[in-house]
Amino acid sequence: MTGIVRRMGKQIPIVDYLVLGDAPHLTAHECKECKALYFDRRNACAQCGARTFGSRDLATSGVVRSFSIIHQAAPGVPVPYVSSIVDLDGGGSVKANLTKVEPDPEHVTLGMKVGLATFVAGTDDDGTEAIAFAFEPVA
Amino acid sequence: MAESVWVLGASMTKIARYPDKDVIDLASEAALNALDDGGVAMRDMQVMGMGNMFQAMAGLGQSVQQQIGQTGIPVYNVVSACATGAVAVRTVFLSIMAGEADMGIAIGAEQMGKMGLLGPGGSAKSEKNVYEPSGRYGSVIGAEGILGTTLMPGVFAQAGMEYAYEHDGVGFDQFAKVAEKNHAHSVLNPLAQYQKAFSFEEIKEARMIAYPNTLPMCCPSGDGAAAVVLVSDSKLKTLSKEQQRRAVKIGASVLTSDPYAERAQVQPDVNTLTRNAAKIAYEKAGIGPDELDLVELHDCFATAELLHYDNLGLCEPGGAGAFIDSGAPWRDGKTPVNVSGGLLSKGHPIGMTGAAGVFEITTQLRGEAGDRQIEGAKVGMAHVIGLGSSCAIHILEKAAA
Ligand SMILES: [Zn+2]
Repeated sequence: MTGIVRRMGKQIPIVDYLVLGDAPHLTAHECKECKALYFDRRNACAQCGARTFGSRDLATSGVVRSFSIIHQAAPGVPVPYVSSIVDLDGGGSVKANLTKVEPDPEHVTLGMKVGLATFVAGTDDDGTEAIAFAFEPVA
Repeated sequence: MAESVWVLGASMTKIARYPDKDVIDLASEAALNALDDGGVAMRDMQVMGMGNMFQAMAGLGQSVQQQIGQTGIPVYNVVSACATGAVAVRTVFLSIMAGEADMGIAIGAEQMGKMGLLGPGGSAKSEKNVYEPSGRYGSVIGAEGILGTTLMPGVFAQAGMEYAYEHDGVGFDQFAKVAEKNHAHSVLNPLAQYQKAFSFEEIKEARMIAYPNTLPMCCPSGDGAAAVVLVSDSKLKTLSKEQQRRAVKIGASVLTSDPYAERAQVQPDVNTLTRNAAKIAYEKAGIGPDELDLVELHDCFATAELLHYDNLGLCEPGGAGAFIDSGAPWRDGKTPVNVSGGLLSKGHPIGMTGAAGVFEITTQLRGEAGDRQIEGAKVGMAHVIGLGSSCAIHILEKAAA
């Protein structure tokens, strides 16, 4: 599972649990025993201790479980922006920015339905683009 | 093995910025004052627990001993984020319970200077920049601000909003009321870094840091140290009547880490480990939350305090919003919470905080808290969370007259 770079032409995912291509989505390591999901490289399962994992593609839709509108950030990060925790339909929770929504508590609401979107987060000296993901409101 | 462990001496420095002192000065001052307060000396100590976060590589316990007394006793230098000071207390508690020592000193100290709650940010690289996946997530660039936030103000804001998602009657107003209360309480505490009350409106209209936390809803950074001298039951009986009268019993000392929860890999779960620690602490002390006369809990952000009303069983399940709305955690309410001013106003020197909570409860149960005294307080709780995570709870009980 590890060390596989899903480089798509001159694009590279910002993290290895983002899969690019025609239908960008997130993928997780799934414990063979207890089905716990993880985004990071694993040594064993924190829930059951098993040591074998498969991979599972996660839904691109979900609901906003929590958020914060960040007005004071680390240097170089544009503010305000919305950090959120999204519960994906069918399992898995992920942290990402909410985009395409006014960053104020009148527009960002708990439980709002969102969908995955990708964007260019940076370009290296070889012209390779780092592709990140965010969530945006869906009807 | 000791039957029980008591706090014999306690002290804390005022929390402030001390540019002309170092962390050894602060720790030594707290330690010497705690020894004096307990009527004992370094040569009586058989173990030291030293809690510190930012100079933890330096062997601070030994450095303090080199200033106040090198007697060759074991020193445990401990680090556990914001729970560090409480882990130092528990280290000494365990040594006494194990029968290795009958008296020991625990210190929590920190010098943060003007360090903010935000990290230093990325460093500029001059070499050619080519994206290569690295680390456990195969990251090609820093994700802070791109894939949400991992910095404390946002993380604890999200923890509060998660509670709001799951429970009715919780929002910006309830979180702001927490800060209004703690800043009001701090006016009575001369050891607090800030002693300034803010109105509810002032708090809501202050500069937004990470919604729903505005600036006065976030703890400041500061310097300080606290220390406690602990003693076994049997040793205490050999000390003076006055020392016995002022001693405060540790009814429970509990430390937990977070059990597995799937969502916690993206949003730290500060609830489950607190609930687990509280359950054990109440069982060990043989009391329920209704019997607490006061609580010092981990209000690093206003959002965090609200969660812990529920986690510690101070309110009805799911009722943290109604609890603050009712005024219950104010100093004249049903269960006074953070009468010291809490981390929001008293201050939060990381490694000190856990020991400072034990100092505050000890001082209150002794009836020596001055203007901020909760009259007749007999049982109190000190709770801290160190993200990562650790939860430490100490329940203290006034000696029977
Ligand atoms: Zn498993």
